[in-house]
Amino acid sequence: MNDVIYLAWRHLAYHKLKTIVLTASMAAIVYLPLGLNILLNRTAIELRTRATATPLLVGLKGSPTELVLRALYFESDSPEPMAYGQVERIAESELATAIPIHSRFETRYGPIIGTTLEYFQFRELEIADGRQLTMLGECVVGCEAAEAGSLSPGDYVVSSTDNLFDIAGVYPLKMKVVGVLRPSDSPDDRAVFVDVKTAWIIEGLGHGHQDLSRPGAAERVLRKSGDTIVANASVVKYNEITPENVDSFHFHGSQADFPLTAIIAAPKNHKSSVLLQGRFLGDEERVQIVRPAIVIDKLLGTVFSVGRYASAAAVLVALSTLATMALVFVLSLQLRRRELETMAKIGGAPLRIATILGAEIVGVLGLGALLAVLLALATSSFGATAARLLIQLS
Amino acid sequence: MLHFRTLFVVAGFIACLALSIAGCGSGAEPSPAKQNDATTVRVFTVNYPLMYFAERLGGEHVEVEFPVPEGEDPKFWSPAPETISDYQNADLILLNGADYAQWVRRVTLPESRLIDTSRSSRDRYIMIEGGRKHSHGSGGEHSHQGIAATTWLDPDLAIAQADSIRRALTKLRPDGEDVFRDNFEALKSDLEALDNKLKAATQGLAGQPIVCSHPVFQYLARKYKLQSRTVHWEPGAAPTEDAWLELDQLLKSHPAKWMIWEAQPLAESVSRLSSMGVESTVVETCANRPKLGNWLDVMQRNADELARSN
Repeated sequence: MNDVIYLAWRHLAYHKLKTIVLTASMAAIVYLPLGLNILLNRTAIELRTRATATPLLVGLKGSPTELVLRALYFESDSPEPMAYGQVERIAESELATAIPIHSRFETRYGPIIGTTLEYFQFRELEIADGRQLTMLGECVVGCEAAEAGSLSPGDYVVSSTDNLFDIAGVYPLKMKVVGVLRPSDSPDDRAVFVDVKTAWIIEGLGHGHQDLSRPGAAERVLRKSGDTIVANASVVKYNEITPENVDSFHFHGSQADFPLTAIIAAPKNHKSSVLLQGRFLGDEERVQIVRPAIVIDKLLGTVFSVGRYASAAAVLVALSTLATMALVFVLSLQLRRRELETMAKIGGAPLRIATILGAEIVGVLGLGALLAVLLALATSSFGATAARLLIQLS
Repeated sequence: MLHFRTLFVVAGFIACLALSIAGCGSGAEPSPAKQNDATTVRVFTVNYPLMYFAERLGGEHVEVEFPVPEGEDPKFWSPAPETISDYQNADLILLNGADYAQWVRRVTLPESRLIDTSRSSRDRYIMIEGGRKHSHGSGGEHSHQGIAATTWLDPDLAIAQADSIRRALTKLRPDGEDVFRDNFEALKSDLEALDNKLKAATQGLAGQPIVCSHPVFQYLARKYKLQSRTVHWEPGAAPTEDAWLELDQLLKSHPAKWMIWEAQPLAESVSRLSSMGVESTVVETCANRPKLGNWLDVMQRNADELARSN
C-alpha cells in the first residue's frame, strides 16, 4: 500500500500548482460554512456572556439595541441621555444597585466610560498596576487601551473634543492614569474609566477656574454687583485637575438633571427584578428598562437568519466548486491517458492504477479538509478576539 | 523515501499544532466575587455628630472611623488619597447632607455605600442667602449659594439623621435589628430630653433679636424661634474697626442683647460687646471631637450656656 501512497504523493508533489489550487479549493469549500458558523457562534457567545451578566439596563426610551450596544459594548451611536435622577430613583426603591454609565466621549486609545466604583465590583475588574480612582480628573485604563497608548500609572490621556468646529463646546480634559486593569476578555479592556463626575466635567457641566474674588483676577472682572462677579471670557479655566486646583472645581445645576447614557440595575433577587421592571412600565415613563439578554437574543436571531442565508450561499458555492474540481480531475485523466497506458503496459493492474488515482484524489481532498479543520480550530481559538473586532466594526 | 518521511513528520506536526490550538482556552476564568466575612460594620463619617450617633446605635456591631484631625473644621477639610482609599473600603459612609463636606463631590466613593443622613429632611433645609455669584464667557451667570449645614443643632433633624443611620445599619446587618432599634430609642430619648432642655434654656431669647458670630446656627435659631442676624467674626481674632461699625449699624435695626459664639471669644471682644449692651454666650457646634466629653455632653453644656440668658 505504501508504494501506492508514495506514487500518489510524488504525483501531487510534482504538480505543485495544481495540488495547491485543488487543496485550497477543497479547504475553502469546507471552511467557509464551518468558519462562518464558528465565528457567528463565538460572536453570539461574546454578546450573550456580557448581556447575561447584566441583569437590567435603564435608558431613555428609544432603540433598546442601540442602548444595549452602547452601554455594554461601548459601540453604536450614543443614545439620547437620561437624567441622573433615575439612579437616585432606583437606589431609593432599594430593589437594585444602580450603576450609572456615561459613554459619550473618546480618547485616542478607547472610549471614556464615566461610572462609579460599583461598576468595577459588578464586572469583577481588578487593578493590575497602580490604584483605584480617588479624585476627579483621574482615570483607570483597560489593558488594551494601556497597550495601545503604552500607558502606565502616572501617564496622561486627553479626552477628545466632541466636535472639531465647536470651539466653545466641550473642553478636552487632561486626565491622569492612576491604574491599569487586569485583562477581562471584554469590552472593558479597551475602555478608559473615569468617575462619572469627571465625565460631567468633560461635558462642561462642572469646571474649575481661578478665584474671581482675588486681586490677580481683577483684569478679567467686568463688573461686581454685591455678591455677583461678572468676568470676561478670558478667565482661566483649568483643563487638568490637580490636587492644587481640585477645590476650585464645582458643578452648575442639580446633579439629578445631569446626563447619563444608561444605568445598570443589579437587583437583589428575582422578585426585586420583577418589581423594578414593573415600575418602569407606565406609558408616561420617559425611560425604558430592558433585559440585555433578551435584546441581544433578538439581535442574534436576525444575525443568525442572515447567517443561514450566507451558509446556504456557501453550500451552493461549495457544490459548484466541487463540480469544477470533478471536472478538473476528469480533464486531468484525459491529459494523463498516455501516462496511464504506459502504467498498464509496464504491468500495472487496472485496480492498482485506479487505486493510485483514487489516492491522489483522497490526498487532495484530505489535505484540503485538514487545512479547513486547522483554520476552523484557529477561528475557534481566536474567535473571541475576532468576534470582539467584528462587534467593534459593526 | 526522504520526502515520504517528511510527509509523515509534517502531518504529525500539523496534528500537534491542531491539538495545541484546540487546547487554547478562550480566556481566564473570572475570579469569584469577594466575600465580605467581616463581623463588624466598618463605618466612616464626615463629622463627629454622625460618629457619635453611629457609635451609640451600633454599639459593638460597628467600628466607627472619623479621620478628620483634631482642630480641623470637617466642613472644609479635604482627605489625602490614602484616606480616600480608607473611605472606599468602608461598609458604610455616613454623609451629613445639606452640602456638608464638599470634598465628597470631588472624590470617588462607592455610591451604594453613601448614606445621606439628612436626605429625608431635605424639605427642612435652610438656604443661605447672599451666596457668591459670578459669570464668565458664554456660560451665563451662576450661583454658589449653599445650604446651611449644621443640621444636628436641631434635635428633630438629629433624630431623623440617627434614624437614617439605624435603617442603613439594619439593612447591612439584619441580625442586629433589635439592638439598633433599642439603641435608637435610647438615643432618641436623650435627644428629646435635650430638646426640652434647649427649649427651656432659650425661653428668654425666643422672639428676641440676637446676633450670631458665624452663619452656623440657622437650624438652632429656627427650632427655638431665635431672631438671629449673623456677622462673620472669628472667635480667636479681634474684630476690625469696620466690623465693629458694621455691628453698630446692625444693632440699630436689630437691637440684640446677646451674641452667640461658636467658640470661646477673646476677652476684649466680650468686654467691648458688653460695653455696647451685648452679652456673649458660646454654643459649640461640635462638628469635630470635643476636648471634653462627647457630643451630647457638649449639647448639654450649650443648653446650660443659653440658659444664662433667662
